[in-house]
Amino acid sequence: MPSLKELRARIAGVKSQRKITSAMKMVAASKLRRFQKHAEASRPYAAAMRRMLSELAAATEGQGELPILMEGGKGSTHLVVLLTSDFGLAGGFNANLVRSVRQIVARLESQGETVRILPVGRKGGEAMARIFPGKLVDRIEGTSGREVQFQKAADLGTRVTELLASGEVDRVTVVFNRFVNAMTQVPTEEALVPLPVAKNDNQTDYTAQYEFEPNEAELLAQLLPRNIQVQFFAALLESAAGEQGARMTAMDNATRNAGKAIDSLSQRYNRTRQSNITKELIEIISGAEAV
Amino acid sequence: MPVQVEIISPEKLLFRKEVEMAVIPGEEGDIAAMPDHAPIMLLLRGGVVSLYEGGVVTERFFVSGGFADITADRCTILADEALPIEDIVLSEAEARLETLEMQLTNVAADDIIDQDRISRKIQSTRAAIEAAEASHPIH
Repeated sequence: MPSLKELRARIAGVKSQRKITSAMKMVAASKLRRFQKHAEASRPYAAAMRRMLSELAAATEGQGELPILMEGGKGSTHLVVLLTSDFGLAGGFNANLVRSVRQIVARLESQGETVRILPVGRKGGEAMARIFPGKLVDRIEGTSGREVQFQKAADLGTRVTELLASGEVDRVTVVFNRFVNAMTQVPTEEALVPLPVAKNDNQTDYTAQYEFEPNEAELLAQLLPRNIQVQFFAALLESAAGEQGARMTAMDNATRNAGKAIDSLSQRYNRTRQSNITKELIEIISGAEAV
Repeated sequence: MPVQVEIISPEKLLFRKEVEMAVIPGEEGDIAAMPDHAPIMLLLRGGVVSLYEGGVVTERFFVSGGFADITADRCTILADEALPIEDIVLSEAEARLETLEMQLTNVAADDIIDQDRISRKIQSTRAAIEAAEASHPIH
């Protein structure tokens, strides 16, 4: 049985832990709100980009060879870009993602593809270096829980575009946590190359044919790399919001658990104290009777 | 019937308004988006987007490049970067031009892609400086 002094120290320890977790929860909540707003604000650009691409894709259909960013390369090397967080303490946020990457890798390999992995974020980097040391292309730092700058996505997009252009990889998939709500993040895999072409659904709005300036090929050559960047940006934003949501939930649980631990420790402390006093009283009384 | 003009950067929607006409700096020359314009998609060079209302320019934005999608009633500008002309800081733009020109001299002579990329940026920065000088000539 621990002494009163030990119990007191433990209660104080858990209390200060609870302070930390509840502060982290509040920080995560305010970041989450901000990141969600960012994700919201970035949608019009992505939507307009999609519309233009599907229009262009329809116009270039059946016109000879398509750019590599659209069709993918001839080989069978598949690049998996994994977006994780830099910091832990976010529940199963990264672990779930790593598990789904394992499945994806197994599936791709059973289809006879060579898999290369590009992890973004320190947690994913560590896990991938441990599990698939031979498949790593590079390890890229994440955003450290700060705001996602478009430049980050642009650099990542450029990197991937270069890998494609040099023929090192032929297809690209990005794996990240999609933000559903603060409680739920769904590991999602999204094909970037070859481009899943959205069927042209706004054809009915305009009877006139689009004109392109300078021409379809040039426009496509400029739009496609931009599209990759925009897709990465959207995924990074989702992942950043998801991270904060996961951390908020995890810290909320931790705070609640700390509260429970404090309650049960306090009860034990009081019982011990009471029994100590009773014991001393009995000793005094029985001592007095003996005289 | 007005045209709905939207200027969007990757981060956010910067501007949305219905105007009479918008003049856009296309890669191969300026283009005016007016109601019932034939649908066209174009590449942008760095330059100024001017919005017209009642025959006069009401607002001017600088875009550093990007794409535009014009239809009969809508004009969507996907800008790499965009800001109102009044917000251009002349000294900053001039400093940027200087570093870009330095970069251009340092690029290997056979790296045409890089040369092209930097000279595009230089052109765009020059356009920004010109636009700023024209709009606040006090400098």
